[in-house]
Amino acid sequence: MNILRVHRHWKQFRLHCERQKQCVLRVSLFCTLLLIILGACGSLELARAQQTQARPVVVQPGAPGQPSKILPSSTQGVLPPQSAADTAFMQGMIVHHAQAVEMTAMIPSHTNNKDLHTLGARISRSQSDEIDFMKCWLAARGEAVPKPMMGMPMSHDSMTMMPGMLTPEQMDALRKAKGAEFDHLFLVGMIQHHNGALTMVRDLFNTSGAGQDAELFNFATDADNTQRAEIRIMQNMLKKERPEEK
Amino acid sequence: MSRTSHPYLFTLAVALIVCFGIYRAQSQSTQPANPSQSQTEGQKAATPSAAQKNKGDDEEDLFAPEPAPALPPGMTGSDPNDPRAKLSAGLYNAGEISMGMKHLLWLKKPDAFQLGTSNPDDPKVQKIMGQLGMGNNPKIPKAAHLVIAQLAFANSDLAFQGNHLFQGNFYGISMYDISDPAKAHLLTSLVCPGGQGDVSVYKNLLFMSVEMPNGRLDCGVQGFPPEPPQPESKDSQQPKKRHIPVAQKDRFRGVRIFDISDIQNPKQVAAIQTCRGSHTHTLVVDPNDKDNVYIYVSETSFVRQSEELAGCSDEKPDENPNTSLFRIDVIQVPLAAPQDAKIVSSPRVFMDARTGAINGLNNGGTHGKNGLKKPVDTNQCHDITVYSALGLAAGACSGNGILLDIKDPVHPKRVDAVNDPNYSYWHSATFSNDGTKVVFTDEWGGGLGARCRANDPNKWGADAIFHLKDDKLTFSNYYKLPAAQSDTENCVAHNGSLIPVPGRDIEVQAWYQGGVSVMDFTDPSHPYEIAYFDRGPIDAKMLVLGGFWSAYWYNGYIYGSEIARGLDVFELTPTKFLTQNEIDAAKSVQLADLNVQDQPKIEWPANLVVAKAYVDQLSRSQALSARQISQLRKAIQSAETSHMNKKKVAKLQKMAPRLDKDAATAKNPSDSMRMHELADVLKRLSAAA
Repeated sequence: MNILRVHRHWKQFRLHCERQKQCVLRVSLFCTLLLIILGACGSLELARAQQTQARPVVVQPGAPGQPSKILPSSTQGVLPPQSAADTAFMQGMIVHHAQAVEMTAMIPSHTNNKDLHTLGARISRSQSDEIDFMKCWLAARGEAVPKPMMGMPMSHDSMTMMPGMLTPEQMDALRKAKGAEFDHLFLVGMIQHHNGALTMVRDLFNTSGAGQDAELFNFATDADNTQRAEIRIMQNMLKKERPEEK
Repeated sequence: MSRTSHPYLFTLAVALIVCFGIYRAQSQSTQPANPSQSQTEGQKAATPSAAQKNKGDDEEDLFAPEPAPALPPGMTGSDPNDPRAKLSAGLYNAGEISMGMKHLLWLKKPDAFQLGTSNPDDPKVQKIMGQLGMGNNPKIPKAAHLVIAQLAFANSDLAFQGNHLFQGNFYGISMYDISDPAKAHLLTSLVCPGGQGDVSVYKNLLFMSVEMPNGRLDCGVQGFPPEPPQPESKDSQQPKKRHIPVAQKDRFRGVRIFDISDIQNPKQVAAIQTCRGSHTHTLVVDPNDKDNVYIYVSETSFVRQSEELAGCSDEKPDENPNTSLFRIDVIQVPLAAPQDAKIVSSPRVFMDARTGAINGLNNGGTHGKNGLKKPVDTNQCHDITVYSALGLAAGACSGNGILLDIKDPVHPKRVDAVNDPNYSYWHSATFSNDGTKVVFTDEWGGGLGARCRANDPNKWGADAIFHLKDDKLTFSNYYKLPAAQSDTENCVAHNGSLIPVPGRDIEVQAWYQGGVSVMDFTDPSHPYEIAYFDRGPIDAKMLVLGGFWSAYWYNGYIYGSEIARGLDVFELTPTKFLTQNEIDAAKSVQLADLNVQDQPKIEWPANLVVAKAYVDQLSRSQALSARQISQLRKAIQSAETSHMNKKKVAKLQKMAPRLDKDAATAKNPSDSMRMHELADVLKRLSAAA
């Protein structure tokens, strides 16, 4: 395309020059330029040819012992099917996590325990981050994003209670407690709460076709690990408080 | 590189339109997708006008990151005034900055590991939309998949052999020719999904980790069909019946073995199933066993049902002593018949030696009195680094860092375990070359979160450097990326490798979107940064997963595996922290292959390049007088210009005893060691014949 255009310009230029009869120098200059450009084009072509030599292949191996298939170079990635259980898991976990955030929000006004403040900061941070992540995941897939209301008493309806969530009575008791009593109820309650999340993850993966979404898989696995670590920290804190209790 | 895409504007538009679409979908939906949601739906129904009023701001914020909470008392964060803190955003045109590193090459992810197109009018887009379950919603912009599917095609870890680089991906493996690192090019895209594609290579065998439920024995990309929607049952008490069994005989979770004798036509020779798949794996080469290699399998995800793989159980140890939790698996790979590879042991590395309890680490005991559930223990390793030259392995095992004696590789024995109050998740480990230190990493937040903000404590999500002596680990200090990162950059300590500069302990490390940081931990109580590279966030308004998974040194170059952006190649450049001589000495170490978690012991040649590196270090630390340094440099120079003339070399060698003597009175152990090493190099110098 470019070459054609250059050619056309060149013709016009020559016509113009013949009329003017005074531009031999210009013509030769132009020719030199053209040669340089063509030369550059040529070396580009050469480079492209060299690239073709080392053309990458797309290979899909077969099962062990089976031959591999060469796929077309135009092959692009596809995703495994999405599962309704994935969506339900994310929606349920948002509600579940929201309660943990609500619990940690009580810490500053209910206890002076430094360790619990640190722990609360960690839990609040990880759970809020995870809520954000889950909301994004749902929103990006066009799924409904639940909006749990903080501080609203929850009903006993098993439909609204995800595994491990504290009952309204437990939450009330926590709100009313102060100092060492709060510390204890918080730790016991949060361990129960976190264990519920572990149950939710197990149920998810025990559903056919669920958890094949990479983001969800990674999230559920990491959330599981984070909660296990936090459970362990809380159990150690409970062990420490024990001598003081008695 | 001129790019015409505008990811920033585009993603903003995506976020706005998607959220609007969601709101519409929500208000139109007549029935919740799931009972657990009915409460929320109920609330919405109760106050529809309020919800409607707020929806604009509310929904738009969904993709926006929340600001970091205030620092906990007594904690400090990373530096918000570092030039890395405010780089401009972009998938392919983000701002870049480096110190002590030159960016030589950047290769974008191969097409086979991309969803395809950034052009919304591409006819392929509709198909992709359908796969995502988004095909029917016209309000969701077609190219939203770019954001959604990041992780399904994420690049992961690296392995090296000769002139080949193997880059794992959740969807397969990319194989590159790196004979000229600045002109590295793709040879093969091996398609075989299942995440996370951790890779190792040994001779003609390439190993790959698979853990996700979509992994298939035949490397198929179709995964497994989801359960169809349940018909509405009037009796809500009746348990749901599954239509599709969860167990699938074609599913694969474990370690695959490929034969790469022909690198452009790799073949799967074996696939060893494990109960929890393989999150990472570690190649173990036993110096006393020439017929086999071993694979330590670190399994972190869910235990599959025994209907799918016999013997698998996620029960607690007191319920089932053969639980699949609380162990690692050891695969033996016969080199003459890799197809016969199998699990030969499942060591209980968390066992309490005194009580015999298999959940012996951090067992919190039971608190039955208050109705508390049984404690959950350290039940998995995330990654294990073996150092066969020492007969040791360092395991980063969720709640603990552990030290294993691996002299009998099939039966590793735990010899020490540590924990740390600031650690969330023990992720990986690196030994110093002399085996006196171990750097552990804490992957706080699993790598998906922004954890390097100015308000994130720099003891959280950091490296923890331990002294190692007589099989005992003792904590020394933390190191975290010193530059604060934005709240749209996932960032936490991740994979790194040693840079073989003699006389110093230096590690290059990936910090996801925090970039690459090179750290000196010669003095483990004062680690500091000596070089870095960083790109701005993929997006300024929302966190899009990306950044460096691994950054490893291999034969003179640093290779960075970028999750979303591809593969980067770097070279170190001299600064006040690192001289050209030190870089050259590191480059003089050439390995035939490198699997970073099978840590090789580095031996430096006795030559002038290495000597010059030591002299530079002794000059920097002023361990020797200026006069002595200048004499050494002159003597080295004249030996070099004389092409190792016998006389000149002999003169240089005469300087060795003095160095050994001075070493005894050196200010610190590092300088003392350098003097001895330098003396040793000089003594071993060989003159020209």
